[in-house]
Amino acid sequence: MVFNIIVVLLPILSLIYAALSGSLPALSSAVVEGAHSAVTLCLSICGLICFWQAVMEVMRQSGLADGLSRLLRPVLKKLFPTAASDRDTMNALTANVSANLLGLGNAATPAGINAAKGLQRLSGHTDASDELCLLVVMNTASIQLIPTTVASLRAALGAQSPFDILPAVWLCSACSVTAGLCAAKLFERLSKR
Amino acid sequence: MTLAGSLVIPLLVGSILMYALFHGTDVFSAMTLGAKDGLKTVFSILPALIALLPGIYMLRASGALDALSALLQPALEKIGIPSETVPLMLLRPLSGSAALAVGSDIMSASGTDSFAGRCAAVILGSTETTFYVIAVYFGAAGIKRSRHAVPAALIADITGFFTAVLFVNLLF
Repeated sequence: MVFNIIVVLLPILSLIYAALSGSLPALSSAVVEGAHSAVTLCLSICGLICFWQAVMEVMRQSGLADGLSRLLRPVLKKLFPTAASDRDTMNALTANVSANLLGLGNAATPAGINAAKGLQRLSGHTDASDELCLLVVMNTASIQLIPTTVASLRAALGAQSPFDILPAVWLCSACSVTAGLCAAKLFERLSKR
Repeated sequence: MTLAGSLVIPLLVGSILMYALFHGTDVFSAMTLGAKDGLKTVFSILPALIALLPGIYMLRASGALDALSALLQPALEKIGIPSETVPLMLLRPLSGSAALAVGSDIMSASGTDSFAGRCAAVILGSTETTFYVIAVYFGAAGIKRSRHAVPAALIADITGFFTAVLFVNLLF
């Protein structure tokens, strides 16, 4: 739905604005350039993304990812007391959070969906429970430790050291997740009144 | 700070591979399996980028993006947000590939190591496609009322946008 609007709106707005400002001749080369750069961009970020995925698969197979899950469990138990009462839900939840930290989107989403289903079953409502809202907020605020897609994009576009944004990304992620969790907790209180 | 940033990756990769080797993992076949997964990810982005980037390039070529930036500049300058990043902030919660496309456009137009370029990178790296995630999770769990999930998630996004600008300002 959103895509349909964006894809149609962009050329229409460009045509109108270009007609008004007299820059119509520039549009056709922009189409060619855009389509071309979609492919070159994908090719140039491909290597680093695949390599990182490869390293993360090693991490998963060697049991390091499970170690991270175990490390997270005590913290998550405090945040999700209802989920902690059910083993499968808790396992899905810790797997979801650790996969998110490592940037394994392919593993994070199925685990997160299982956790969401588990939380829904435990609450028995079709309204999102407080803990389900928390889970969603944690997944909508990126907690990925190594943002490889962005780093590869920066490398492809000629950045001197593509990873130098890491400290800023960490601080920023920490702030946004904290703000999201605090907001969710605040809304919980307000809805109980 | 930049040295720490550039050492993180080699050290991390080295220690993960070393650990796996000593734990008897078949490192090479695990890596090729993971790389294959990575290929799938990249090729799932490509069609959307091909659909979106020509439109974004047209918008830039028409001059509309620069006009929008110029229009918003006076108001945004007061809170320190680079006006080039506004389209990215608007699209970020809605569509991952559109955000990636707009982000790459900002980085190539303003430069990867410029203030706006760095802000765009940090925003992309520290926020998620909020509405997509909410739709997937609540759809799968059969939730009818999302209650406070959307406002709380959007507060996280907005905090991310502002702190991205703040930390890029402080660290670079």
